[in-house]
Amino acid sequence: MDFSFTESECDLVSLCREFAQKEIAGRAPKAWEEARCPTDLLREMGALGLLGILIPEQWGGIGMSTVGFVAAMEQIGLADQSVAAAWQAHVTIGSLPLYLFGNDAQRERWLRPLAEGRALGAFGLTEPDAGSDVRGIRTRAVRRDGGWLINGQKTFISNAGTDMSFGVTLLARTEATEGQEPAFASFVVEKDTPGFTMGPKMRGIGWRGLDTRDLFFDDVWVGDDHLIGDPAMGLSQFLRTLEVGRISIAALSLSLTQAVLDMATDYARQRVQFGQPISKFQAVQFKLADIATELEASRWLTYRAAYLRDTGEPFLKEASMAKLKASRVAAWAASEAVQIHGGLGYMLETPVARFYCDSKVLEIGEGTNEIQHLVIARTLGC
Amino acid sequence: MNIAVCVKQIPDPAVPGELDPESHTLHRVGKLILDESDSFGVEMALQLADKAGGGDVTLISMAPNNEVSGLRTALAMGAAKAVLVSDPALAGSDALSTAKVLAQAITRAGDVDLVLTATESTDGYTGTVPNQIAQLLGWPSLTFAKHVEVEDGKLTIRRQTEAGYDVVESSLPAVVSVTAGVVEPRYPSFKGIMAAKNKPVDQCTVADLGLSSDDVGWSGARQEITNVAAAPAREAGEKVEDDGSAHERIVAFLEALKVI
Ligand SMILES: Cc1cc2nc3c(=O)[nH]c(=O)nc-3n(C[C@H](O)[C@H](O)[C@H](O)COP(=O)(O)OP(=O)(O)OC[C@H]3O[C@@H](n4cnc5c(N)ncnc54)[C@H](O)[C@@H]3O)c2cc1C
Ligand SMILES: Cc1cc2nc3c(=O)[nH]c(=O)nc-3n(C[C@H](O)[C@H](O)[C@H](O)COP(=O)(O)OP(=O)(O)OC[C@H]3O[C@@H](n4cnc5c(N)ncnc54)[C@H](O)[C@@H]3O)c2cc1C
Repeated sequence: MDFSFTESECDLVSLCREFAQKEIAGRAPKAWEEARCPTDLLREMGALGLLGILIPEQWGGIGMSTVGFVAAMEQIGLADQSVAAAWQAHVTIGSLPLYLFGNDAQRERWLRPLAEGRALGAFGLTEPDAGSDVRGIRTRAVRRDGGWLINGQKTFISNAGTDMSFGVTLLARTEATEGQEPAFASFVVEKDTPGFTMGPKMRGIGWRGLDTRDLFFDDVWVGDDHLIGDPAMGLSQFLRTLEVGRISIAALSLSLTQAVLDMATDYARQRVQFGQPISKFQAVQFKLADIATELEASRWLTYRAAYLRDTGEPFLKEASMAKLKASRVAAWAASEAVQIHGGLGYMLETPVARFYCDSKVLEIGEGTNEIQHLVIARTLGC
Repeated sequence: MNIAVCVKQIPDPAVPGELDPESHTLHRVGKLILDESDSFGVEMALQLADKAGGGDVTLISMAPNNEVSGLRTALAMGAAKAVLVSDPALAGSDALSTAKVLAQAITRAGDVDLVLTATESTDGYTGTVPNQIAQLLGWPSLTFAKHVEVEDGKLTIRRQTEAGYDVVESSLPAVVSVTAGVVEPRYPSFKGIMAAKNKPVDQCTVADLGLSSDDVGWSGARQEITNVAAAPAREAGEKVEDDGSAHERIVAFLEALKVI
């Protein structure tokens, strides 16, 4: 198996490293402090081509491989997790449904601005009464006046409420009456559509630079041209894009683990207690060695899932495994890295504290880790 | 409007340099990079060409071993093409020889309305090449520009001074050296990086430019490096411990330095 990067993947990694270190690392922490989505940085990433990373050139993207995307994420996430989180939500669930299931007119209208980095994409699935249990969503679209009338509420939706957002692609039930065989479909609802409103930006433990909100749909009417893909296949369509989302969260987790490992190692080598750097204590060394080893294990699970997608193989199981492993490692490593920093690690003045706050959500978003267990167990025949 | 930008490719300043014990010159092994000072000129040129509604931005560089890494960066930013002069005979070239080569290369590029350079390079920093190029081409030389505008064939710059700036006007063609900060250089986009791989680089030698090897390199140099010594280590400063009269001693110290 060959995981070495192609020339264009290498070029992409250098570009991301430079931009992440020179621009994101310096500017994003302030946005996190102020709980503001740094759309200025996202627009600049758009100009570099990064917002269309997984979309072919035909639709304004750069047509990068999934392996290249993981490698790019490792660089972006090292600098800031909120920016990386907003980026990945845009790239995967925000853009892929339009690319994979939209028709050419829809791709031209909504996908191209996303891929060219002029707008930010969002997907609305989760509702107050339906998270893991996707089929439990209540938002409903019914036939009306040659189009669709949408009513319902979405919650925890990323990227829909920024000054760069175009609106949202959402999943709604479409069976004509209750009690009928359930059917689901995806619709685009642009911002400023009458009846579409939003709550304030929610306050998370971490990812404070990510814009996450409640979305409300009260008699929102959209034309047939806003229906994405097969009106009955919306759910399975969306679940397919989630598979890529899992690789993406795994990659984001890798970057977090690398970041906290670097910080903890640097700190351990310079912090002196009992007359020597604490890195000389075996208890500290073993923590660092464990983090490094677990990171490497999760890294290769993630690259393998990405590689399978690139070669057209099934990757459902591998993507779930990568997400499960890498996010667990990240949350654990962040806690250990704070421990190595002692009291300083607890203070938000220290970057490791920010990454610690950002780590928990990795075990929740894009399918909780319990749901990853279910997916993996199902592939085992349970 | 066609603009030529001189861009120097230099050893990465982040990597510690090394001198050749024989020639006392910098070891130029490994990949060279675009001198950051020149990224401002490239950006300025791209913006001026854009504003003028068209025209090519051509890069001009002289570097050893057919080095193109730094040129690719500037091409990725958006320059259309490059002329690269590379020749073993150029080893040891002083600033004037460099200017002769660059001036010829600009002529080779043809049909140039404006030449941009940085005020000085990051590694050599004699700051003399821009004026020499202008002299050799017989064009006006405008230096230390922190703002550049071209309108109706007239060039206007703001020349950085200690007190502020002077406004200097000139006809075209002309040579302008721009300061860091004249504009904010863009990051090359991914598509730009890919496109740069296929942009034309006209590689030429000293002979191709109609110059003689006697005029350049060690043989043409009017300078000689006779010796190189390590910079003296900084001496430890004086520590003032406050016993109540520290301020008086500090004031006396500053007075001795004539800074107050
Ligand atoms: C910062 C952030 C951003 C988000 N962005 C988006 C977005 O852009 N778009 C979007 O649609 N959603 C988004 N979400 C929602 C996210 O996908 C859901 O929170 C997640 O899928 C879990 O759903 P839930 O919160 O309803 O939890 P629940 O499903 O209520 O789960 C609660 C707990 O029960 C467990 N559980 C549930 N079912 C089972 C089971 N069968 N077996 C074992 N355990 C089970 C879960 O693992 C969890 O521990 C975001 C969430 C966060 C925190
Ligand atoms: C001992 C010695 C050995 C050398 N060996 C070689 C060699 O082997 N091969 C070789 O090609 N050169 C060689 N050079 C030339 C050298 O690298 C410089 O280009 C030259 O001396 C200009 O001096 P500077 O950097 O101080 O220019 P400055 O006057 O400080 O430069 C001002 C601006 O002029 C432009 N400029 C200057 N130099 C160049 C350049 N080379 N290409 C494009 N634009 C430029 C840039 O915009 C620069 O910012 C050598 C020079 C010396 C002194």
